[in-house]
Amino acid sequence: MESEALKYVGAGLATLGMIGAGIGVGNVFGNFLNGALRNPSAAGSQIGNLFVGAALAEALGILAFVLGILILNS
Amino acid sequence: MADPIHQFEIHKVVDLSQFSFALPGTSYVVDPSITNSVVSMMAAVALFTVVFGAVTARPQVVPGRFQAVGEMLFGLIDGLVSSIIGHDGRKYFPYIFALFLFVLGMNLIGLFLVFTATSQLAVTATLGLMTIVLVLIVGFAKNGVGFFKLFVPSGVPWLVLPLIIPIEIISFLLRPVTLALRLFGNMMGGHVALKVFAGFIAGAVGMAAAGSGLMGGFVGALSLGGVVALTALEFLVAFLQAFVFAVLACIYLNDVVNLGHGH
Repeated sequence: MESEALKYVGAGLATLGMIGAGIGVGNVFGNFLNGALRNPSAAGSQIGNLFVGAALAEALGILAFVLGILILNS
Repeated sequence: MADPIHQFEIHKVVDLSQFSFALPGTSYVVDPSITNSVVSMMAAVALFTVVFGAVTARPQVVPGRFQAVGEMLFGLIDGLVSSIIGHDGRKYFPYIFALFLFVLGMNLIGLFLVFTATSQLAVTATLGLMTIVLVLIVGFAKNGVGFFKLFVPSGVPWLVLPLIIPIEIISFLLRPVTLALRLFGNMMGGHVALKVFAGFIAGAVGMAAAGSGLMGGFVGALSLGGVVALTALEFLVAFLQAFVFAVLACIYLNDVVNLGHGH
């Protein structure tokens, strides 16, 4: 295969890292909902923590995405 | 299909002449031209200067609709700073609030106009670097050499310390990197997705023009729905990323302000 074609394959493979971010963000929101339904009165105060957790999990997926873009434009 | 990366290109709006200055060793060329990125940032600053000027122009005890928006934004960050940093946090409120409004302004302007300044890594990296330099300055000013206790978590057996300390140092140094990349990646990714779906509509129009009207109409309607839904999502992301940036800046400041004694 040409190296140009392999670049596209590599960029595609790099974005596979976003699978993990998807699982992570799903976990964060799923567990929040789980806890929030058990104790709805405490849920409101934890919204900030929820979004920080989601952002931290998402950041790693974004790293994979940026890597993909970098490979594509290298 | 149109190139979805094309929207991130920087071009000069007002051309100013370059100048150069020399420091010992190397000489630097500075190009102070006003680019579309600079215009977008200026618009963000102007937007919130005007909005908050108007909000506080005729304050009333019972806020009207417009004043309530300003008070809500103020109260959001005020509550954030005091709940994360504690009562020492009031000193850092102006920085966090300015950071939040600046990022929020750039994100929102990117959704209305053609250019998003936060989709430039140079802009987000500068904001991330500014935050971490502030953390370093506050850390050393408040704790002196005790700042290095940040890398030695309490309650850890000393046998594993040689392993923990490098990890802590690396994670500290990665903070501005992830701070910058999160905002940059979110904004760029969202806008690329928007443009890709918009490109599908153009493709569907081409399909309809070529004869297959039913299929073209179906694909076009589906893509248009996608664009509308994604735009709504992007508004949420624009606010959320500005908020997350402010929260993380607070958390990093809290690490050095309340070093060694939680709160």
